[in-house]
Amino acid sequence: MNPLYSELQWLPRAPLEFSSRLKALTNSTGPLGRELQALALSALDLNQLTKLAKAIDKARAEGKSLDSLTPFKLAVLSNSTIDMILPALVASAARYGIVLEVIQPSYDQVAQEALTPDSKVNSSKPDAVLFALDHRALPLKLSLGDAETAFATVQVAIGYLQALRDGIKANSNAVCIFQSFAPPVETLFGSFDRVLPGTTKDLINKINHELTDFILGSGDVLLDVAGLAEIVGTCDWHDPQLWNMAKFAFSDQLIPLYADHVARTIAAIRGKSRKALILDLDNTIWGGVIGDDGLDGIQIAQGDARGEAHLAMQRLALDLRARGIVLAVCSKNSDEVARKPFEQHPEMLLKLDHIAVFQANWSDKATNIQAIAEELSLGLDAMVFLDDNPAERGLVRKLLPQVAVPELPEEPSYYARTLAAAGYFESVAFASEDLKRAGFYQENAKRAVLQKQVGGVDAYLASLDMTITFQPFDAIGRARIMQLINKSNQYNLTTRRYTDPEVAAAEDDPAVFTLQVRLADIFGDNGMISVVICRLNGAGAWEIDTWLMSCRVLGRKVEHMVLREILEHARAAGIKKLVGIYRPTDRNKLVIDHYAKLGFSKIEEETSGLTRWELLLEGAAPESAPMKVISSLIASDLERSI
Amino acid sequence: MDEPQIYAQLAKLFEDVFDDDSISVTPELSAKDVDGWDSLTHIRLLLSIEKAFKIKFTTSEIGSLKNVGDLVALIKERA
Repeated sequence: MNPLYSELQWLPRAPLEFSSRLKALTNSTGPLGRELQALALSALDLNQLTKLAKAIDKARAEGKSLDSLTPFKLAVLSNSTIDMILPALVASAARYGIVLEVIQPSYDQVAQEALTPDSKVNSSKPDAVLFALDHRALPLKLSLGDAETAFATVQVAIGYLQALRDGIKANSNAVCIFQSFAPPVETLFGSFDRVLPGTTKDLINKINHELTDFILGSGDVLLDVAGLAEIVGTCDWHDPQLWNMAKFAFSDQLIPLYADHVARTIAAIRGKSRKALILDLDNTIWGGVIGDDGLDGIQIAQGDARGEAHLAMQRLALDLRARGIVLAVCSKNSDEVARKPFEQHPEMLLKLDHIAVFQANWSDKATNIQAIAEELSLGLDAMVFLDDNPAERGLVRKLLPQVAVPELPEEPSYYARTLAAAGYFESVAFASEDLKRAGFYQENAKRAVLQKQVGGVDAYLASLDMTITFQPFDAIGRARIMQLINKSNQYNLTTRRYTDPEVAAAEDDPAVFTLQVRLADIFGDNGMISVVICRLNGAGAWEIDTWLMSCRVLGRKVEHMVLREILEHARAAGIKKLVGIYRPTDRNKLVIDHYAKLGFSKIEEETSGLTRWELLLEGAAPESAPMKVISSLIASDLERSI
Repeated sequence: MDEPQIYAQLAKLFEDVFDDDSISVTPELSAKDVDGWDSLTHIRLLLSIEKAFKIKFTTSEIGSLKNVGDLVALIKERA
């Protein structure tokens, strides 16, 4: 089975302490809606869904406040065993902000329940009735090669479904949710089953076709189980052993997926579908980093495998826009640099006039997403945020839990599939207003004003469990040091490029202090992310020849920790003063205030824009950040070397 | 996999399926001893075991299980 679907891989994995968190909740007396929803927002297996449903049912029965959740009453009529599915429905509905009350009549009482005015289903006045029927509920008799009888069989089946609907409409007027029928796996002739009238495959295809006809425009809803089974594979969907043993209509392993699809359909009926897609740029909609790789360095061309993967993502975004989803951009970049590919790159599918709000700056993404939501006058619960960087995803999930943030796989070729599988934009109808919505924001690609920073960034940084490692330059790190020195453009104070022999020479030069910096966090090892070179400059001063950092770890206060490390060794070496230089290029505006932010004072400004800064060691106490420090530099060695 | 390992993993699965950490998983344990061990939970238990041990039971094997001892013997044969 493809784990993207069977394990709902767009959702974060369930927390290890799921059960204990759930227990703690059931004993709490406060409002539970948000906490229960938060637990539902990870990928839960059937046992976890069952436990969560039990907690929700209990909270409801005890009259506890489920504050933020919208109530919905769903009756489920089925010809199969649904006892194990119903708890999964309740738990999955919480994922979409719905507290689901399920009405379940006795087994296989579909027609009786629909047609009798005072049946359990009709008298409970449900908001919707789900006809969870599979092909075994229909009178399908083979009529091989007999088109006329096949037609009659299809009419009888459709007539049956229509009678069910009419019964519900007359007796409780609930919305009816029908399922398309997943064709069985076993063929009679082989490929010819699809050609010949009256085979099981032919009958089911025709019934599915007629079913869509009677649903379109009726106000009733289709849950495309046939499509779902097709996606996961009908041989994994149908499990004859489970049918024989317990009358399960499909594999137990696909219950979480099925339940999520029912839940997203109900959410769509309640108008809870998401309305805007916010895109990160670097390594999300193109390959590479625009600030470092430049217009001709990013991968977005046809003919380049990586580029095509990102183009497919752009294509999906554009198609979503065509059906009314609003697009926005949220990127850590300078605005001018970020807009360049949209304006100038010939292979970009997305253009600036497709983007309603364009947020490219260096503030944290949660604050920017909030600004986007305000600019669009949409709630945060209407937003989907797509980003390749797990730390950014984690930050937004933590600070803005209402925003949907799908997990993405390593391989960008699967980005589009993952976003589509998550079903954030599930809709049960399509109206002309939908078409207008994305165009409604005609003032294109504008920038929203940032409000106050979303709280808790520091707490989030602490939760990242970061470890920063400092080492002097060495032969093992040299290749990556070379790469950073010769490729980094944005977070690069002087943009000085060096050759391999020059870097090798710095390793042994007693007048040079070097640092290679690595950062690891809960998401994994980011590898080497920063490089510093200081040169002894006259008596008692170090001039910072090179200071650069990967933009991937921006906003983590890595630069503060690097300065602390430099200061420690400078002190040990008897240095009194650090001298910093900012040499402007067309790519490094990001760090124009780098030294000012770190407490240096400006001592000189040239007409070229080059600025010179100094920091006296005496009394210098740069800010610290929540991370563990490992340093393999021994102060005494340095003293000796300098 | 030896018996103590199987029992240890079963204990975790029982806790997960029955949402009850007080069940002591012994060879003699059977459905009548556990609150909520009905035919459906039985299937959920066996499906969880199949998934955890990456094995598959036949319909007649499932029908012939009388207690946890039988179950462990079957797992030992497969896993």
